[in-house]
This record gives sequence, structure tokens and C-alpha cells, in this order.
Amino acid sequence: MIAASEALNQLSSGWFLDHAYLIPIVPAVCFFIIILFGKRLPMKGSEVGVLSMVASLVLAGGTAMQWIDRVNSASEGQFISPVVHTWNWWQIGGMKFTIGQSIDGLAVIVLVVVAFISTLVQIYSLEYLRGDRRYTHFFAALTLFSAGMLAMVIAEDTILLLLGWEIMGLCSFMLIGHWWEDGANSRAALKAFFTVRTGDMGLLVGISMLYFASNDWTTENLGVSGFSIRGISAWALSGEPNSTVILVVSIALFIAAIGKSGQFPLHTWLPDAMAGPTPVSSLLHSSTMVVAGVFLVSRLYPVFFTGFDILGTGGNFITIIGGITIVIAAALAFVQNDIKKVLAYSTVSQLGYMMLGLGAGAWLPAVFHIFTHAFFKACLFLGAGSISHSASHHSFDMKKDMGGLRKVMPITFTTWIISTLALCGVFPFSGFFSKDEIIDNVGNNGYNTFMIIGLIGAFMTAAYMTRATYLTFFGTARGASAGEHHDEHDAHDAHDSHDSHAAASPHESGLLITVPLMILAVLALSSGFLNATPFGEKWELIKKWVEPSSAVVMETAPGGPGHSAALSLPKAEEGHHESPCGSETPEEGVCYAPQLQHAKFKWSKAAISLGIVFFGMLSSWFVCVALYTKKDKRLVGLTQRNGALRAGYKLLDNKYYLDTLYENVIVKAIAGPIAAGAYWFNNNILDGILHLVARVSRTVSGWVYRNIDQRVVDGTVNNSGRATRGVGGILQPVQSGKVSQYGALLFSAAAVAALVLVIINS
Amino acid sequence: MLVNQFLLLAAVLFCIGVYGVIARKNAVLVLMSIELILNAVNLNFIAFALRNGSTDGHTFALYVIAIAAAEVGVGLGLVLLVYRNRKTISLDDLSEMKG
Repeated sequence: MIAASEALNQLSSGWFLDHAYLIPIVPAVCFFIIILFGKRLPMKGSEVGVLSMVASLVLAGGTAMQWIDRVNSASEGQFISPVVHTWNWWQIGGMKFTIGQSIDGLAVIVLVVVAFISTLVQIYSLEYLRGDRRYTHFFAALTLFSAGMLAMVIAEDTILLLLGWEIMGLCSFMLIGHWWEDGANSRAALKAFFTVRTGDMGLLVGISMLYFASNDWTTENLGVSGFSIRGISAWALSGEPNSTVILVVSIALFIAAIGKSGQFPLHTWLPDAMAGPTPVSSLLHSSTMVVAGVFLVSRLYPVFFTGFDILGTGGNFITIIGGITIVIAAALAFVQNDIKKVLAYSTVSQLGYMMLGLGAGAWLPAVFHIFTHAFFKACLFLGAGSISHSASHHSFDMKKDMGGLRKVMPITFTTWIISTLALCGVFPFSGFFSKDEIIDNVGNNGYNTFMIIGLIGAFMTAAYMTRATYLTFFGTARGASAGEHHDEHDAHDAHDSHDSHAAASPHESGLLITVPLMILAVLALSSGFLNATPFGEKWELIKKWVEPSSAVVMETAPGGPGHSAALSLPKAEEGHHESPCGSETPEEGVCYAPQLQHAKFKWSKAAISLGIVFFGMLSSWFVCVALYTKKDKRLVGLTQRNGALRAGYKLLDNKYYLDTLYENVIVKAIAGPIAAGAYWFNNNILDGILHLVARVSRTVSGWVYRNIDQRVVDGTVNNSGRATRGVGGILQPVQSGKVSQYGALLFSAAAVAALVLVIINS
Repeated sequence: MLVNQFLLLAAVLFCIGVYGVIARKNAVLVLMSIELILNAVNLNFIAFALRNGSTDGHTFALYVIAIAAAEVGVGLGLVLLVYRNRKTISLDDLSEMKG
């Protein structure tokens, strides 16, 4: 261990890094401006929302630039400490709770993504929701959502993380139920809220347990509380934690991630959440909010790393859930006719990839997949919105109302194809660089079964996206996109106020919609090159900028939070990382991140997965042509004729009966037998006791009535009754029946009493 | 001292709450005013807890918050039922208790 403090460079910092806390504060303040004054502003508050997001984007961009400078200013193997600022939030007795910012590579990359997608989605919404009856509220909720997500991302401690997490949950509820007049929408909103809340219990339990388990250690060694994420990370890797405690904590925290990130078995809310307006689906339910669970796992990664012994086994809770999610969600995407639901299940499946990557020790590829996925999935959703806005008359049904749109909507079509190729992971689109890395690293870390699951998932992704693309853009135009006009369109009659183009034929959308699409498509094409492993070390920029250094840091309590004198162990040999972090307890100093391996990129391995993807696309294409256009007799109605296929289709069509399980079995069990049991207990036991008591007391009271009451008491009462009636007559006017007068009397009496008390005491 | 400002704020909140209870006709607004009063009390508890360096006041405030939540639940339930039966939530129309 070398304490070479002189040899290390001074890390650079800057205004944007030091003031990164402004990034969530700007939209939070603007939320209040919109909600209070929005309706009186010329553009109904939307301009404030867009401007606040642009401001956040500029701040986030500045932060990113300065973070890159900071990384570049570090010497080889130096620990790049996050930029930490904390403030006292509240204190009870001797305990202090702080909130603050901690900017590191992970925070920076997610900040940029969230601010960027939020800005584009708000611009898109200007056109998409024009004339909506709750236009102002929509922008207010979007802005508040961004504030919550950005706050969660910069959080230094688990308290702020929880706060941001819950704000997002609330905004998700408000935005899914934006058109709540329709019963289905408000049901979807409630379902999303309650399902996510089920997971949130885990977050609360996990954070509390972490605090009580780690507080002593962190206070003693680092001078921070057990809420500090840095402290928790160091504690988790210190060899100190009891393995049962940290396992339970990891499970509890992962349950929260399951709920938020739509993992099996709590994924059912996400497809229903598509009832919200399309920009909401694009921003919250595909690219940003749903990755909060993934972010939680990557943020508290040392806890999961130790808790699940990630590099030591060939399968753990995270990889199992992630693996199941990839396959079941992809299978569900095949039977959907609603284009947004296909994309929703695709999101669930991609989130499964991220979880799988994290669970198998592929931290960086998973985080990189958050980055690339955000661009191409937002683009796909906004593309679907563009189609429904301008071509299919607010319908999202691919079979009924779409088809052959590639000629009338060239821009939407091109951007859609680019994003689809990115999603499928075709070289050189961005998804290739992230998804392939996940699959590759999962196998490299010894999770061979899960690597095969990942490849199966890649095949299925290619196939269902080809099906969706074929149904939407190829073949013959059907329904609304053929110019037919329905009087009723499902679920979207709530914003019929801007149906002025009701009978208009399909056309390309306006610039406010197509420009965000084009920007996102360019990024879907190019963002992968930020970490292009095939081209060697020089191209792995995200790795350099984002991956936390796993060097052992000499840091002791007096330095306290924000203490950035990083004295680190240089990497032993070039290319061969030998830091003990994660695998063994450092004898001196602390680790903030476990040492992870990276798989060596080989074209032979990439060729296999690319082959699988192309095979998926081609086979799906031929099936689609035969089934939907040529109406091949062997294929049409196959799911009806073949028994096994029918059963499979029915299982998928009913979403594995999970909704039935939740709503009919679990909820009804609580509402049914338990309620009935309580009723029975009430009727027979409690009432029985009551009746017995009543009978006894009736007998007793009969005797008392005859002997005592009539003779002794009545005489007294009659007299006092006369007196009371006299007094009551005098006081009757006071009993006006007006509650406010009673209140006034009460408070003046209390005031008089207080005055008397003061006079007596002084 | 800092505590004085907390107490002052609490007193102002309390007075606004009392004004609301007395002057407002709308039952929901009266309930909201009662919340203000309760929170003014909470603020006092916490201000004194801060001065004494103990956690008793915080504990008490947490209890008050819990009770207040229950109180609002019952109160809003009453208002809802009154509205269903009377189609109004104006307190002036609810004078059955007139002596």
C-alpha cells in the first residue's frame, strides 16, 4: 500500500460540479410557478416547463463536461472522488440528518439522459397535447417528475433518494391518469400506484435496515451517517457486515427495484400504464422513471455485490428475476395488437437485460444500456405517438388501424427503423454496443445459463419488433390509416377537442414532433460509439468516465464528508487489475466500488448474436408476410386449430394469469374470507358477549329501577330538572346551531383561560 | 434566538387557523384550518424539543400527525355524507343542533 499523496494530481472541479444541486431545484421551483400561475401565462405554463428543462439540460451538460475534465485530471489508478456537498436537513436530539449531492460518473450519465429526454418530450408535448383540457397540469406534472428523478440521481444519501423515488411514483400516478374521466385510465393509474407501492415497502425496509446496520461503522470510520450512500458502499465492502443482514437488505432493496422497474412478477402495471398520454409513456414508462430501479441497484451496487455474492455464484436473485423477465415479457410482446403495449413489454424485457447485467457483475454494460436504451426507446414511443396523432386517428391498434404507413410518414418510418435496429442490437446501432456487452459479460462472469437466456431474448426481440414494424409500416393500409373514420375510438375520446383533422387522411406530423424524433434517431444510431468496445480501449469513453475506480482509498473519520484527499493504491500492473476490493477485505483504507472484470470483445462472439438477431428478423418477416398479407391458410388460425399452440396463446393472452392472481385471488382473498371471518367473529362472538351482558344488565337494572330509581333518585331529579329548565331557558340563545359560533366561544374561552393562567403564574 | 422565530411562526399559523375555523362557511376549509392549528402546535413541540435537546417533542409531534390524519379521515367522511344527504357543505345550513 503506497500513500503517495504527492504523486497524485489535484482533481479539478468547477462551478457546474459544485452547484449540481441546482439541476433538480430549477424544475422543482418551476413546478410551483406552473401550478400557481400557469393558466395565466400566454402558453398556459408550458413555456415555463420547457425552459426549466432546457436550463436543467444546460446545467447537466456543464456538469458532464467538468466531470470529464475531473476524470482527465486524475493520474493513473487514482480514485476519483465524487463531488459531495451536504446540508443539515433536520436534527433530533443528537442525531443529524443531512441531504446533499454526490456527483460521480453514474450520476452524471443519468442526469444527462434524464434532462435530455425530458426536454425533447416536453417540446413534443407542446404539439401532441395542444388544446388538452388539463394542458397546464400536464406540464406541471412532467416538470415535477423531472425534478424528482434528477433529485434521486444526485442524491448523496438514501433519504433524498427515497424522496425523489416517491415523487416519481406520485407523478407517474398523476400522468397515467391524466385522462381520468375514462374509467380504464384511472384504474390503470391506481394499479400502477399500488403495484409500485408494494415494492416501495422494500425500499423503506431496506433503507432503515441499512441505517441501523451500518451507522456505527460509517460514523466511526468515515464520519458520515448510515444514510450516506458513500458510507454504505464502503461498509458493504469492508467485510464488516453480517452476511444474513446484508442478504436481507439486498432482497428488500431489490423488491423495490422489481416494483419500479417492472420486473417479474410485478411487471403487470407497466403495460397498463400505457393508458397515459404517449409523451408520458415515452418519458416515464420507457426511458427514465422505470430505470430508477436499475439505477437503485447500480447506485447501491456494493450492497448487492456483497449480499448476493455476485462474482462467487452462477446465479442469484437478481439474475433469476432479470432472466425470467427478459423471456416472459418478450413472449407477451408477440400477442399484443396495441403498438404501445408491444413497446411496453419490450421495455420490460430490456429492463430485464439491465438487471441481468447488474446481477451478473456487468455493471458498466448495464449502465451503458440505460443510456442507449433511453434514446431508442423514447424514439420508438414518440414514433408511435406520431402515428396515432397524424395517421391512425388516435388509435394504437396495429391490426385495425395501421399498415402501409411507410410512404405517408417517411420521417417517422426512418426514425422508427433506426430505433428498431438499435433495439434489436444490430451493428453499428447503439443497442449492439450495450446489449451485446451485457450478454458477453454475463457469460464471462460464469453465468452461462443466463447468457443463453440473453441470446434467446435477443432472438425474440428481433422477432416481435419485426412483427410490429411489419404491421405498422408495411402491408396494406387498414382502418383509420386507410382514411376510414370511426365514430368511436378506443380510450382516447377524452381529448377530442383537437380532432379538427378528424376526417383528414394520414400525413406526416409537424416539426415539433418530427424534430425530437430525428434527434433521438441520430442518437440511437450514434450513442453506442461512446463505448464501442470492438474498436479498442480508446473508444471506451463511458468506461473511463463512468465506471467508479475500485482503488482502495485511505480515508478516515476526521476528513468527513466531502473530504477528497484521495490516497489510493495504483493498479498493480497495466491491464491486469489487482485491487482487493470486493474479493477480500482491505487491511487499510476503504473501497467504494468492487473490482469487476470486463470481457474481452471478440468478433466471433458478436457474430453469433448478430446471426441470431438476423435469423429472428428474417423468420418473423416471412411469418408476417405469410400470415398478415398472403393470409396463408396453413398459418391463419393456427392458434385455434393446434391444441398446444392454443393453450400457449391463451396463457400469453391472459398475461400468465398474473393479473387474475393479483385481482381475483389475492385481493378477493383479503376482501372475501378474511372480511367474512371478521364479520362472523363480529356477529357471533362479539355480539354474543354483548347480548349476554345486555341480558344480565337488564335483569339487574329492572330491580334497580323499581327500588332505587323510582323512589330515591326521581325525587331529586325532578327538583334539579326544574332548576335546569330555568337556566336552560336563559342560555338557549347561545345554542344557535352555528358551528362557527361554537368555535368562536371555544377559542375565546381558551384565550381567557390562557390569560388567567399567565396572570396566575407570573 | 432561533426558537423565538419558530414560536412566532407557530403563533401566526395558529391565528390563521382559528380565523379559518370561525370565519369560513365551507366545511372542508374548516377542516383545513384545523390542520393548520394542529401543525402550529407541532411546530411549538419541535421548537421546544430543539431548545431542550430532547426527542420528546418530536415523538409527540409524530403522534399528533398520526391523530391528525385519522381526524381528517373521519372529518372528510362526515363531510362526504353530509354532502350526499344535503347537497351542500356549508356549515350555516347545518343548524339542527339549534337549541
